[in-house]
Amino acid sequence: MKRQDIAIALAIFAALALAPFIGFGQGYSLTLLARAMIFGMAAISLSLLVGGAGLVSLGQAAMMGVGAYAVVVLDHGRITEAWMVVPIGIAAAAAFALLTGAIAIRTSGVHFIMITLAFGQMAFFTTSFFALYGGDDGYTLYNRLEVFGSRVLEGGLVFHFVCLGLLIAVWALVQALLNSRFGRVLQAARDNETRARAVGFEPYAYRLVAYVIAGAIGGLSGVLLANAAEFVAPAYLAWQRSGDLLFMVILGGLAGPHGALMGALAFVLIEEWLAKLTEHWRLIFGPMLIFCVFFMRGGIAGLLRRG
Amino acid sequence: MNTTLLFVQALNGLQFGILLFLVAAGLTLVFGVMDFINLAHGVQYMLGAYMGATLAALTGSFWWGLLLTLPATLGFGLLLEFLVFRHLYERDHLSQVLATFGVILFLNQGVKAVFGTAPMQMPLPELLSGGVPVMDGLLYPTYRIAILVAGLAIAGLLWFLVERTRVGMLVRAGASNAAMVSALGVDIRRLFMLVFGFGAMLAGFAGAMAAPILSVEPGMGDNLLILAFVVIVIGGIGSVRGAFIAALLVGLVETIGRGMMPDLMRLFLDPSAARQAGAAMASMLIYVVMAAILAFRPAGLFPVRR
Repeated sequence: MKRQDIAIALAIFAALALAPFIGFGQGYSLTLLARAMIFGMAAISLSLLVGGAGLVSLGQAAMMGVGAYAVVVLDHGRITEAWMVVPIGIAAAAAFALLTGAIAIRTSGVHFIMITLAFGQMAFFTTSFFALYGGDDGYTLYNRLEVFGSRVLEGGLVFHFVCLGLLIAVWALVQALLNSRFGRVLQAARDNETRARAVGFEPYAYRLVAYVIAGAIGGLSGVLLANAAEFVAPAYLAWQRSGDLLFMVILGGLAGPHGALMGALAFVLIEEWLAKLTEHWRLIFGPMLIFCVFFMRGGIAGLLRRG
Repeated sequence: MNTTLLFVQALNGLQFGILLFLVAAGLTLVFGVMDFINLAHGVQYMLGAYMGATLAALTGSFWWGLLLTLPATLGFGLLLEFLVFRHLYERDHLSQVLATFGVILFLNQGVKAVFGTAPMQMPLPELLSGGVPVMDGLLYPTYRIAILVAGLAIAGLLWFLVERTRVGMLVRAGASNAAMVSALGVDIRRLFMLVFGFGAMLAGFAGAMAAPILSVEPGMGDNLLILAFVVIVIGGIGSVRGAFIAALLVGLVETIGRGMMPDLMRLFLDPSAARQAGAAMASMLIYVVMAAILAFRPAGLFPVRR
């Protein structure tokens, strides 16, 4: 089973690497694929929480938002060197996750969903208060990040492969975490908290660490999203965006990070396809979501596994 | 900020709190009785506003519009229960969150497709369009007082239904221990349908009542839904009394915060920045209150004993 999961992920990475050379090389389709990969990272980070630790967070968009706004704040101060901006964006999101997670992890179940939602809303309203950075209207970046002073990321193909490289790194990290002792404690606490405690593990610390790691990855994807669009707005943090991320994870299946990856790719591509069909694409998308919940319990990963 | 203004803000806050309570009451009972997270409860409020405005325009009368909204939202709530929600009772919270999220996407877009994105207006009834002198030299809009009175009356009725009738007793019992009530031979499914339809109707009524003083637009229920969740989490899930007190608290904190924060911010910022910062701080204030309350009382102020 595990070997099959890894094979699926590797096949997707290979397809993404080939895509620019088999007809997806135009600016528009490259941007779309970059967007899909960036949401893939965010979805994988959320799957560590939802699938790995059983923590259903409705605040993951806020982590992306913190990363994206770190880019904005630095861009406004004319700091655009990737080696500075990326770590700061990741650290800011991890710090936000640590602060809010320390309180949120104390609760569980429905209360956890609600409190992550509340912290997400706090971040959302905070960003709309940044008049300096455009408030509700959002902020247009001067440029994409520079790497050692060079503008290589402006090139669509380079950006594509940077996103792909980071996506693979994120997938490998989460895969490794889930298979480590750390991941097994998380999963044990998810399945039976009392037993995990009885064996001598305190779930709180493990969950908090997982929450911070997921926040950090979310921050990274936010940094990339800001650069892909060269624009950031409070809408990035809206709770509906967190709902989208959750749907990506479920659509793909909770079996592991490869599920979240497939879910995110499918989500972005379906959204794009439907939006081309009709202006009112959510009239189709909403019921589709409901049908997925009703009939596709294992997600796409579950379908593949059965097949 | 003087006392008169504070008094007006307090009245506005109470009135907003009452509207919130009407939305939160259905949400907390559905949550409490069936352990069911219904993110689509906010769109019931939006539908109430749209139905109220449409029916008022069709019948030419505000009163008929308001009255007909009740059966319309009840029917729509029951339809949703039949089509979507009853298939989710046995599922985990995650599935419920996602499926009801799908309902939100569909209905928000549906309203956009049918009514367009431009906000709709619902005219005030003539009887309630003036002002009432509440203090020397202060006229307070009659309609806002009517909302307060009607909301309190409905809250009273709800209290009576839940605390003093047999059905209410079953609902309360269902909220504390559904399995036990079911074992006693009560059809918990039917009980839930009742609670669900009634909750949808209350939310719809709140929407129709708010319609003349708000702009009726797609997505208007989404932010209210989040506030209603804050209310029931602060109040204690399943507790109608908790929802009532928390709704008033949230309404007051939100409204008075919105009024005072810009003044407070003006101490350190220039006026336009202060206005913006104040609005953002006021929006955050309620989440700070919620986080603080949950940090000390993880189950809310009035947890239902289990």
